[in-house]
Amino acid sequence: MDKELKFSWSEILKFGAIAGIVAIYVILVGMVEAFNDRYIISETVTLGQIALFSPVFLLGYFAADKARQIKSTGFAILSSALVGLVGGIFVAALLFLGANINMRAVFLNVSPDLLKILHLGQETMLGAIAANLIISAIVGLFGGLFALTPHKWSNALLVGLSIVLLMGIMQELMTITFGSKDWYKPIGKFIYAQKGLSWGGAILFLILGAAYSLWRGSGKFRPAAKVAKMPAKQRMTVSLTAWALGLIILLALPKFLGSYPSEILTTVGIYIIMGLGLNIVVGFAGLLDLGYVAFFAIGAYTVGVLTTTGKLATVGWSFWMALPIAVFLAMFAGVLLGIPVLKMRGDYLAIVTLGFGEIIRVLVLSDWLKPFIGGAQGILQIPKPHIGGFVFKGPQQMYYIVLAGILLVGYVAWRLRDARVGRAWKAMREDEDVAEAMGIHLVSTKLMAFATGAAFAGLAGAIFAAKLGSIFPQSFNLIVSINVLSLIIVGGIGSLPGVVVGALILVGLPELLREFADFRMLFYGALLVAMMLVKPEGFVPEKTHARELSEKEPFAPEIEPEAPARETI
Amino acid sequence: MFHRFMRRHDTTDIVMWLIGFGLLAAVIYGSFVTLSSGKYDASVWLDFTIFGLAQGSVYALIALGYTLVYGILFMINFAHGEVFTGGVFTAYFVAIALENSGFIERHWVLSLLILMAVAMTVSVLVAVVLERIAYRPLRGAPRLVPLITAIGASFFLQYTYRGIYGSGIKTYPDFPALDGKLNMFGREWPILTVQALVIVVAALMMIFLYWYVQKTKAGKAMRAVAEDKEAAALMGIDVDRVIVNTFALGGSMAGVAGILYALLFKQVNAFMGFIPGIKAFTAAVLGGIGNVPGAMLGGLFLGIVESLGPSLILDGLGIPSPYQLKDAIAFTLLVLVLIFRPSGIMGERLSEKKA
Amino acid sequence: MTTETKSKFILETVHVTKQFGGLTAVKDLSIQVPQKSIYSVIGPNGAGKTTFFNCITGFYKVTEGDIILDGESIVGLRPDTIVKKGISRTYQNIRLFQNLTALENVMVGHHPRMSAGWLGAVLNTPHTRSEERKTREMAMELLAFVGLKGYEYELATNLPYGQQRRLEIARALASEPKLLLLDEPTAGMNPSETEEMTEFIDNLRKELGITVLLIEHDMRVVMSISDIITVLDYGEKIAEGAPDDVRANPRVIEAYLGRGAATQHETQAAA
Repeated sequence: MDKELKFSWSEILKFGAIAGIVAIYVILVGMVEAFNDRYIISETVTLGQIALFSPVFLLGYFAADKARQIKSTGFAILSSALVGLVGGIFVAALLFLGANINMRAVFLNVSPDLLKILHLGQETMLGAIAANLIISAIVGLFGGLFALTPHKWSNALLVGLSIVLLMGIMQELMTITFGSKDWYKPIGKFIYAQKGLSWGGAILFLILGAAYSLWRGSGKFRPAAKVAKMPAKQRMTVSLTAWALGLIILLALPKFLGSYPSEILTTVGIYIIMGLGLNIVVGFAGLLDLGYVAFFAIGAYTVGVLTTTGKLATVGWSFWMALPIAVFLAMFAGVLLGIPVLKMRGDYLAIVTLGFGEIIRVLVLSDWLKPFIGGAQGILQIPKPHIGGFVFKGPQQMYYIVLAGILLVGYVAWRLRDARVGRAWKAMREDEDVAEAMGIHLVSTKLMAFATGAAFAGLAGAIFAAKLGSIFPQSFNLIVSINVLSLIIVGGIGSLPGVVVGALILVGLPELLREFADFRMLFYGALLVAMMLVKPEGFVPEKTHARELSEKEPFAPEIEPEAPARETI
Repeated sequence: MFHRFMRRHDTTDIVMWLIGFGLLAAVIYGSFVTLSSGKYDASVWLDFTIFGLAQGSVYALIALGYTLVYGILFMINFAHGEVFTGGVFTAYFVAIALENSGFIERHWVLSLLILMAVAMTVSVLVAVVLERIAYRPLRGAPRLVPLITAIGASFFLQYTYRGIYGSGIKTYPDFPALDGKLNMFGREWPILTVQALVIVVAALMMIFLYWYVQKTKAGKAMRAVAEDKEAAALMGIDVDRVIVNTFALGGSMAGVAGILYALLFKQVNAFMGFIPGIKAFTAAVLGGIGNVPGAMLGGLFLGIVESLGPSLILDGLGIPSPYQLKDAIAFTLLVLVLIFRPSGIMGERLSEKKA
Repeated sequence: MTTETKSKFILETVHVTKQFGGLTAVKDLSIQVPQKSIYSVIGPNGAGKTTFFNCITGFYKVTEGDIILDGESIVGLRPDTIVKKGISRTYQNIRLFQNLTALENVMVGHHPRMSAGWLGAVLNTPHTRSEERKTREMAMELLAFVGLKGYEYELATNLPYGQQRRLEIARALASEPKLLLLDEPTAGMNPSETEEMTEFIDNLRKELGITVLLIEHDMRVVMSISDIITVLDYGEKIAEGAPDDVRANPRVIEAYLGRGAATQHETQAAA
């Protein structure tokens, strides 16, 4: 009986208020206005509107989801609409206030432009308020209906909508990349309007995404299982072909995509290298290192100092001669910084490494070291790497160095993961005392993790310096460490494919959305909190690898044991 | 012989002690050179020390927030620096309004009290919401999980402030009554009025806090929960409530610290809390995290070291523009303390037990 | 790593004392564990049994005294070195690597007997490969030996309690110990599980020829399989000898068995 009372009108008010407050937050923080020029669907839906109404949608979803467990379906639908309405009241109230008093002195973003957006196309204040309430209620209702849709279909819808959103965001990129190609012109004309997807394109992608999701969910899409059932020889051929195909695609990518996307890919790639390194330190060995950027900086500055032909020119080596020194120095620094923190508890370790990172940053900026590394002016004129006559001059060429770096580092990480060293790391992560009691030498095992991670970061830094051609201290602040940490947490701590996925999402996507730059760290912060609260194992969690390695036929390959990854850190 | 020695001491211990002695030698040598060169006279050192005490009191107030939370939850509230920012940054807008209306000039004490009330309210609000949304669901999770959450929250808050209030640096209004040297009892004292005020207010807050924790019922409940959560719960203490109280108390200290900081340094921005936050954490660790008087002393100590260090040590070592390295000194101190004396100078009261 | 024995006693502790500040947890304790025996240390809660274990495995540094493994002093060595010398242990409150599979747990146990390093792993040398393969096979065998066949790829945390206990023993065995320290292996088990575990421990000695040093609460277990029993109370040895002698010792009855019998009744009632 008590449960009956648990979802009542006051609950609706609570959900609605949360929706309203979040919506107001989204408005005040500036997202609605910043994203408003980004049309997803031609002349109809902008990203700003999506940002504005998604709180209402989500809370409508949650409300209906909670209500239907206790009350009738009808009540659930009604409550979601009411939640939307309450949320709408908050936004309307903000609109009314903003129009009548000058809030701009405090809340920077409450500008006339914003108010115009909040009018939702209505001329009068009354009309605007009505529009807000009605649309909010409808969106809340949709959220509720979404919650009540069978999982299979709502999932399909979600995938479809995500694809629509992604393709909408990618419009600019697609035009830059393929705009001049003959084969693309008719396609582009069909899927995109002047700004955003055309209705035809939107519907097409919605259907494509939904169909894909349904097909995957039907259980027919199980290439891994199919391959596993093949005889050993055939399996070998298939996997070799897959690898070769993958490699060819990777090699052809910059040629196919052109300069700008290659630029994005090299940036993502550098983060992948760093992510793979930090993944060893944090994911495998369980040592939270917040000063990771220091090793990235050491790698970059080593290459900078050794190769520059500018004012600070020293020996003027080639990139290839400086590269191993950079990696080695970073590794050495990893050991050096590792020694003092060996006996430290997890949370203290995080703060100390953060302190180290900050010390390095302050030193780099200081006048004291300026004669060597240039202080705030940085190091300029770092020559591009070359092999014989081939110069890696642009992103389309640097891509290959990055790719080689990823393959190398990925291979090393992959080998270590399932080897004696990797097991020792993971054991240490789980329980340090017991690991030691099982014969694991903690000092050398930890230092090995620090050194490996640092070496990867050094490599990334070296490539970064060569790619940019000049380096400045600002590129090496704490934010980089946090970015890398975020991407491995989003991907799944300890998971190698997770690093790639995480980097593509967290580094790649923002590159596509210029307006997003201002909100990047906001999202990363929120993402770290949300991931820890909701999905600490990440989106591509570490599997129990041993199963893949076993000779036995894997049973039920789609079902991975729920890894309670909250414990893994 | 050597073998026996090595059995008792790790190689790493030896390396560490070498580093320690090296740094100590550098500190002594640097100070010696500076002092013997006579570059600064006694009044300069006095100024440095007073300035150090003033900024140290601000650190101490922030450090209390770290120490209180750590004492009870054994987590580093990494976002505490942003709790501090939230209060002072919001109060800025009130301060501007007060200045424009001429209220500051007419009633500066009342203005100050209003600003503190605003800053405390906002800081408490941020701290409590943070606890409710981000930390409470994670109670009992492995240590690093709430830490990562706190790091995330820290950045989220920084960029929230930036998004809402803008990214520029804002200058707090001037308090004409606080200009110049302190004039009291018929003579001029070698201390700026602002600094004197900051030190006195911080001292009052700390005395209040100490009294609160030691003598009031709520404070006793807090200490009981710090000792043993389960036992406290069995004795009828509402643990959740006590934890919220703790965050609120830390937040209110941070709010006051914010206003004092604004009086001293005048400028505020969205990211201002981060570095003082880490420094205050250093202060908390210096005093033995979980130890309330320790955090106060740690803050003062750090403030003085940071103020004297660059000219005293680095100048003597011949490092140009030593003041640029002020933060490096604080962080080096943090690293050294965590390495050599993680239990703090005052000794550890609470944290060892659950380590 | 030779299995030949240098001494009649696999383990001797000589006047071992461990103090924590003012508290003496273990006081002047000397025991001699013969080769291939099952040696039990019993005593009421807080008698210092686990502390004594922690001293032997190097987790605590002893305040005074010497610990001799197979004729060689191991005092002051780090835990990981002591494992290499041939002592491994289990924990009273099971401490497995929760998010590793059963197989990985056992393979970690074999760590001190392996040699592949960083480079070996990266270059995938023949030596690394064969070592990995052998370790894997050995781990599989050990899992089968403790009755965990078919659970190799299960995460440790997902195993039921009794299996976790046995997995922990398998992990300890993987380091090829000369001396196995079991800290209350039957804690939290019902009578039939306890009986199974008792047999299993007896088997360890019979089949693998390992000496077992056992901490146990359950008197039936101790009395039925031990060769020698040492009784501790407040960190001090109050009796030593064969089960029957200990059972008859008036000091033991006074200090321990009275309480012990009570505990026994409790456990029976609980079961």
